[in-house]
Amino acid sequence: MEEHIVIIGNGISGVTAARHIRKRSNKKITIISSETPYFFSRTALMYVYMGHMKFEHTQPYENWFWKKNRIELKNEYVNQVDVKTKTVFFASGNSLQYDKLILATGSKPNKFGWPGEDLKGVMGMYHKQDLESLEKYAPNNNLCKRAVIVGGGLIGIELAEMLHSRHIPVTFLVRENSFWNNVLPSGESDMLNKHIKNHDIDLRLGVNLKEIKADKNGKARAVIIEETNEEIPCDIVGLTAGVSPNINFLKHSEIEIAKGVKVNRFLETNIQDVYAIGDCAQQHEAIDQRRPIESVWYTGRMMGETVAQTICGNRLEYKPGNWFNSAKFFNIEYQTYGWVFAKPREGEAHFHWKHDDDTKCITICYDKNTKTFLGINTFGIRMRHDVFDRWLTEKRQIDFVIKNLSKANFEPEFYNHFETKIQLAFNRQLQIV
Amino acid sequence: MKNKINHSMSLAKPDAIGVSNKQKIALSIGIIGLFILILALFNVNFPNKGVFLALSITLISMGIVVYSREAYLTKPEGIKNDGVWFKSISSRGVWGWLLGIILTVFYIVLYFFPAYLGLADNGSDNTGLIGLFDPLSKLLSGKPASQWFVYGTLYTLAILAFGYKFILKYKHNRYQQIRTVSVMFFQLGFAFLIPEFMYVLNSDLPYYDLKSIWPLNYYIFDEWSVKKFLSNGNIGLGFLLFGIISIFVITPILTYKYGKRWYCSWVCGCGGLAETAGDAFRQLSSKKMVAWKIERWLIHLILIFSVVMTTAMVYTYLGNSKNDFWLTRSLFITLFIGFLTFLFAGILFFKKNELGNDTKYGAISFFVIIMLLVFMHLTATTEHVFYIKGSSLRSVYGIYIGSIFSGVIGTGFYPILGNRFWCRFGCPMAAILGLQQRLFSKFRITTNGGQCISCGNCSNSCEMGIDVRHYAQKGENIVRSSCVGCGICAAVCPRGVLKLENSSMKGRINSNEILLGNSVDLMNLVNQNSNK
Repeated sequence: MEEHIVIIGNGISGVTAARHIRKRSNKKITIISSETPYFFSRTALMYVYMGHMKFEHTQPYENWFWKKNRIELKNEYVNQVDVKTKTVFFASGNSLQYDKLILATGSKPNKFGWPGEDLKGVMGMYHKQDLESLEKYAPNNNLCKRAVIVGGGLIGIELAEMLHSRHIPVTFLVRENSFWNNVLPSGESDMLNKHIKNHDIDLRLGVNLKEIKADKNGKARAVIIEETNEEIPCDIVGLTAGVSPNINFLKHSEIEIAKGVKVNRFLETNIQDVYAIGDCAQQHEAIDQRRPIESVWYTGRMMGETVAQTICGNRLEYKPGNWFNSAKFFNIEYQTYGWVFAKPREGEAHFHWKHDDDTKCITICYDKNTKTFLGINTFGIRMRHDVFDRWLTEKRQIDFVIKNLSKANFEPEFYNHFETKIQLAFNRQLQIV
Repeated sequence: MKNKINHSMSLAKPDAIGVSNKQKIALSIGIIGLFILILALFNVNFPNKGVFLALSITLISMGIVVYSREAYLTKPEGIKNDGVWFKSISSRGVWGWLLGIILTVFYIVLYFFPAYLGLADNGSDNTGLIGLFDPLSKLLSGKPASQWFVYGTLYTLAILAFGYKFILKYKHNRYQQIRTVSVMFFQLGFAFLIPEFMYVLNSDLPYYDLKSIWPLNYYIFDEWSVKKFLSNGNIGLGFLLFGIISIFVITPILTYKYGKRWYCSWVCGCGGLAETAGDAFRQLSSKKMVAWKIERWLIHLILIFSVVMTTAMVYTYLGNSKNDFWLTRSLFITLFIGFLTFLFAGILFFKKNELGNDTKYGAISFFVIIMLLVFMHLTATTEHVFYIKGSSLRSVYGIYIGSIFSGVIGTGFYPILGNRFWCRFGCPMAAILGLQQRLFSKFRITTNGGQCISCGNCSNSCEMGIDVRHYAQKGENIVRSSCVGCGICAAVCPRGVLKLENSSMKGRINSNEILLGNSVDLMNLVNQNSNK
């Protein structure tokens, strides 16, 4: 009888693992999820609320796909894992035996013990259920006169865009003194501040949430700001101050956990035949400059592919290549290749160019001494992943990158190009230095 | 909590995107313009037809222009799809069905009962809607209007006015703007004005829209059409030759360089309407695998039908004797079978590997066509082919494919089946261009490494029903034959993953998973496996 692979979580990590195990083997595969019956793209939830798509459009595979590929889907909530008997126990009282277990349970929105954080009308924006809750409490600007978003990261700005699309006024509380400037260099962060305000978002920088006030029905009615004690009346509160691994159900198992499920480079936990991938996995030691817990779509996908190899008898180390990521801030697209930190680190320098219209800019990070190209952030200009990936691997010099920038251009046909302007700006900067 | 009914004119279900007062006024202006046409339709006899026609057209255009300006110029540039799936009209709601029914009825009357539109019997004057258009027709060509003139005028108006709306919607996207100006230009010039002027210069020439190419223009090789061309000296012969050169020379060259988009989303009138007036319905095309299967059978069967039908048509009016005309029936059939064999052998020789399983279908199709033609030649009499009158084969095609499929269903069902239903499932021209695009073209949609997040915006906005995401999330380029290159998938992608380009044939089709960001070893392993 074929080995039974049980995967907890039907997000990108778990599903990628399942698909690749199926490609390479005839093992029995079961995916368990209590969130949705079928895999959907979490990153696309916002477009459902905005009316760009229906929920079914966020499902990358048609419903027949799973049966055809003999991947069994189970709609259950896992309470507990017993690694001795190799059993997972469900909230429904049922249980399931596994031969190998893959934990791919993703994240949950962070809460920091704010008073009122569990009130009705207070939600994250991560699960399908968050979307349903938003649809219930903020269907339009009649029922929701104002929304407050707490936490200035990628999910926060997406939630702001969602609410904006239904003409709901938004107050956006950001702890940092400029949007996402713990990640982005100041020029970029500054540009985004303006872009956010241009969309009539009430952006409050350098403020923290003190508490959420309830009305008599136990629903959020206002927030209090820590610094000023100002009370802002609102109908919903979005908590978007980051995410953390969704692993509470493992607390009483023998699987080693810290913030996430501890794994080695082979994505193996301390328990034989138990693996963890995606957002919920925590590396013992961070891989090059990455964080020990990576909650990014792409890394989840890569871990899924890697663990599938291991499970199919080809034990493989998780070796992510050059870092990359992307996002969209209202109308400004962002891509990053290699490493560009908010402030240049020891021995690094940044070259920053910004277009006059305040919607396009790039920042290139390079080694001050060797002039090696280390990474690029690009806003409002699409660039080619394969070109930068190659240049990073080949350790190209900054001069080479600037000179050949047009080769990396990925903008639609007939768009204006800015390489010449960027080159001029770079040369001018060199002369000043 | 109030639950008062909201009397908004927004066609949205949750009242997501309000319609501003200015837009309500614009809608009213447009509806008044339409109302004049409706009054005319019900035989209200306007005193000064020219003035009322001008008023109607002006009001309709003004309504659309003002509405669009308010919708897009008051907001920052970007993707404007908010509420598309909430609005009743663009999500198969009541308004969508209503519009679909109105359009369908209009097409049925237009094609089969033009008298209801006021088309005159011989000798008398036009009345009703067609009568209202007489002054404009007389101004352009001197002759009274026909139902086709009315249709052509409204069609052109729709492409121009909604083209303007589309340009504003994509004010940040020059590819979209230039492409739209192109379809507006070709519709106004080539489909509408030039044929009218040609009539003024030489009223014996058949109506000829130079950009409408066989087999989309299925009547160009009809006996009456060819006779009219040939009886008009050099200019007629020139047009006929241009028609032949269009399909056999110009089309292959342009498609090789730019993909079928040069025609389908830059020049073609059907495409022009779909891209402008039909833009609001692009998300309605089915992305299901089963729809793709139906598409491939249907469009290629229609292609075969149109090829056999046209050959049979030409065949019936050719003679058997060399003394009458050098091109005899036997010579024509021999030449044509020779051409098809040459074409098929060429495809097999160069592209056998890329065709894979489709080789079988290609071979069967080829065989069926040849057999049909041989059978036809052996059984034909002077008047009859396939035991029926040659002209009835042509009428069957004209009614079922030319009118019902492309018009009634193709456009009438915009709000139900999406704006490219005809282009996707029926158009034989699209089928020919598609075959070439898949096999011999530099065009592809490049996927940007590993940046896809499988969100589905691309697939959702594909009017041809291509599941773009299926390819993008694997890092594969999109080289589907049906892609008309409208570029909306690339525009709506929130991660900058897609780019339409013409580049070298090498590496154009990459069926391997190329997801950058992974270690090279892993990707080698993944691909080793998928190549097995």
